[in-house]
Amino acid sequence: MHPTSTWASLPLLLFLTMTGCHPDDQKKEAVIFAQDPYPSTYQRPAASPVLLQHAAIYFGNGGFIEQGFVLLQAGKIAYVGSRKPRLPAQTQVVEAKGRYVTPGLIDPHSHLGDYPSPEVEAHQDGNEMSDPNTAQVRAEHGIWPQDPGFRLAREGGVTTLAVLPGSANLFGGWTAVLKNVPARTVQGMKFPGAGAGMKMACGENPKRVYGRRKQLPMTRMGNMAGFREALVQAQGYVQRWQRWQQTTSHGGNEQPPERNLKLESLGRMLQGEMAAQVHCYRADEMAQMLDLAQEFGFRIAAFHHATEAYKVADLLARRDVCAVVWADWWGFKLESWDGIRENAALLQVQGACVALHSDDPHGIQRLNQEMTKAWAAGQRLGLAVTKAQALAWVTLHPARVLGIAQQTGSLEEGKMADVVLWSGDPFSVYSLVDQVYIDGALVHARTGAHAASDFELGTVVEMGAP
Amino acid sequence: MAIMAMGAQGAASYLINAQKLYTGVDAQPLEPGAVLIEDGLIRAVGPQLPAPPHATVLQAKVVTAGLFDPQGALGVAEVPGEQATVDNVAHTGRLGAALDVSLGYNPRSVAVAVNRIEGLTAMQLAPGMDGGSILAGMGAVVQFNQKPLLRRPSALFVTLGEQGASRAQGSRAMGLTILREALEDARDLSANRLAYDSGQRRHYALARPDLEALVAVLGGIIPLVVRVDRAADMEHLLDVLKPFGVRLVISGASEAHLVASRLAAEQVRVLLDPLQNLPISFDTLAARLDQPALLARAGVRFAFTIAESHNARNLRQSAGNAVAHGLSWMDGLRAITIRGAELAGIDHLLGSLEPGKLAHVVLWDGDPLEVASSAQQVFLSGVPIPMTSRQTMLARRYAAFYSNRQMKQPAYLP
Repeated sequence: MHPTSTWASLPLLLFLTMTGCHPDDQKKEAVIFAQDPYPSTYQRPAASPVLLQHAAIYFGNGGFIEQGFVLLQAGKIAYVGSRKPRLPAQTQVVEAKGRYVTPGLIDPHSHLGDYPSPEVEAHQDGNEMSDPNTAQVRAEHGIWPQDPGFRLAREGGVTTLAVLPGSANLFGGWTAVLKNVPARTVQGMKFPGAGAGMKMACGENPKRVYGRRKQLPMTRMGNMAGFREALVQAQGYVQRWQRWQQTTSHGGNEQPPERNLKLESLGRMLQGEMAAQVHCYRADEMAQMLDLAQEFGFRIAAFHHATEAYKVADLLARRDVCAVVWADWWGFKLESWDGIRENAALLQVQGACVALHSDDPHGIQRLNQEMTKAWAAGQRLGLAVTKAQALAWVTLHPARVLGIAQQTGSLEEGKMADVVLWSGDPFSVYSLVDQVYIDGALVHARTGAHAASDFELGTVVEMGAP
Repeated sequence: MAIMAMGAQGAASYLINAQKLYTGVDAQPLEPGAVLIEDGLIRAVGPQLPAPPHATVLQAKVVTAGLFDPQGALGVAEVPGEQATVDNVAHTGRLGAALDVSLGYNPRSVAVAVNRIEGLTAMQLAPGMDGGSILAGMGAVVQFNQKPLLRRPSALFVTLGEQGASRAQGSRAMGLTILREALEDARDLSANRLAYDSGQRRHYALARPDLEALVAVLGGIIPLVVRVDRAADMEHLLDVLKPFGVRLVISGASEAHLVASRLAAEQVRVLLDPLQNLPISFDTLAARLDQPALLARAGVRFAFTIAESHNARNLRQSAGNAVAHGLSWMDGLRAITIRGAELAGIDHLLGSLEPGKLAHVVLWDGDPLEVASSAQQVFLSGVPIPMTSRQTMLARRYAAFYSNRQMKQPAYLP
């Protein structure tokens, strides 16, 4: 999706007519303001083919077989099914009878790296709380790749994660999608081809942070007004560039408009190049945000936290917006007061897209347990959700939220070989992650050594047991 | 399996026959097992018990004692993000240690009902750590019915380490000095009450109500619970406390396994959240998931707690994870029942299924340490509680709305 450079006088400012990423597959005239100046340098590690055999397999897309084979080859799922495939030369065979295989887990909402461990003052890089609109900042510029949390998340089976800016601001900035591999640089983790999203936040946080400073937003009214004012400005900005583009293409020789990173970032969202990832708890506010999205013509990929999403499950299903929720967090602030454990299951049976998230460096290590709690709550309420469907809450559905469902999130031939081997059913608290593969390469083995981050070297945990 | 209380509350009797019954004190479960509840108390426990003629007989897969969280804030912090609803924290002001959290407790809290239907039947209420003083206040034990108070005060809570430093002129070393001064003054007061009352005693840094709270610690009547994570801080603490003869509980305790042999030798109990395995601060660099197994091996006694009390119901998930990482199953169960009760000095009343104890009994549909299992019925002092909460009501309201296509909106109107 990256345009090639053709504009000699303005190497960073490229204008192309292209097919947008709009969900309705509308051919939308998109203005691309710039190539990504911070492109992914991630390279799939070399690995010989691996066959996981005789394991029970959750496909991540709702499928399940009690015993089967998964062949990982050249970074891709080369085969998945009940029959033993023909093996390429040098295939390493892993006997997995009695064990379980799932796609790599995907956390669509994390702050690993931008709120890393240890949580000291010097590490507070997740919330640019200097203005209610910081659409121009990028999570990737605040991510520390040596955060020990990445390793622990990997040991919990997380192969892909989105790192978001915090929720203090109406527009928090660009989200980043990462492959959970050890790397020296953030670029070395960036998921190739994954677009960024625009973090937005409704509700208590923006109005609390800025209300205390006696500035807009101080109320939920101010939140909505703040969104609208900024988006009106962004519309004008896009129009100025479009006019200039037209003039130029007709042989005009005008100076381009002055570049404004904040408005450009919002412009990308209005042009369909970025989808909004909206921190929003209450049902009534989600409905307001859906209207806002319609007013300005941008797409909301998901409401995050969404403790009240179950109250508008039908609306979310109709508008094709995902809900990214916890299994059972509730009550810590008033907008989370109505959180219930049945949230995910109620959404699922209404046909809405639902994913689970951690938003937490501890929870990200046990997303399978969050899935289990949410699934079990649905069972108790008599909601017909299978385990295999619930597994999509931590695999295919978050991939969809992040716009990477074509590449990963389920065990399907041709997709990235992001795979977890579990010691038992991931719906059991006693099951542990035995192996994790990213693009077919083994990145964690429970029996092997920890892949300690630089920070962990020389600390007691790394020096072994007492 | 909702059942209604029969007759007068507490007067009814129940015989519960279980496929598996864990007393919490025996090394093995009873399979099958039975527990007889009469007048709010556990009357008998055994492999098989005859049903008294007036008893209601129930069947269950698994039966345990009610779960106990030895450090929580249910009913004293209704919405933690809304300061007006938080009463377990004394911000900077005249008194600190004297804070008695039980006086802020509301047994009708929505959060209490949410947690008790999942098997949590009692809690040691604790002062928050973010108050103005390192001397955070006094805890109390409550059960989750309308006759809540079981023990007050049950412990004195103190915050040291990194968290304490910001309440002690910026230095963790000063935190220990302030604690020592407070204990010395309390000792002086308790030995010289008459002189103090007639103004014949030297000046104390703390006010009398604070000192009285500390006096109970000096006599070992209640334990001193110190929030501290770094192993080195624990050793300094043990040194400082040596002359005072207090019963010490270390809470947080991320690095306790590094000094486990000393903790075991000095009979220090530990209170921890086993899922806190990150180097979230420089005090917790050694945190690890298999810490409970390491402590058990070293002979340290510990109980589990959940930092976010609104989800104290997740205690059994914590225990399940500790078991997955090497702790024995029985020690996992004990860490969320009897060990916490011991630590709060309430084990003579609850924490296990033994005759004479309060009938806090939970009927489970499977292994209680599995996150997919749930409590089918909870007994609180012999009374089967209604298995509903605001959350189950919300879920049912919206489930009914979606399943009835005639409804234009949820059942907001009668």
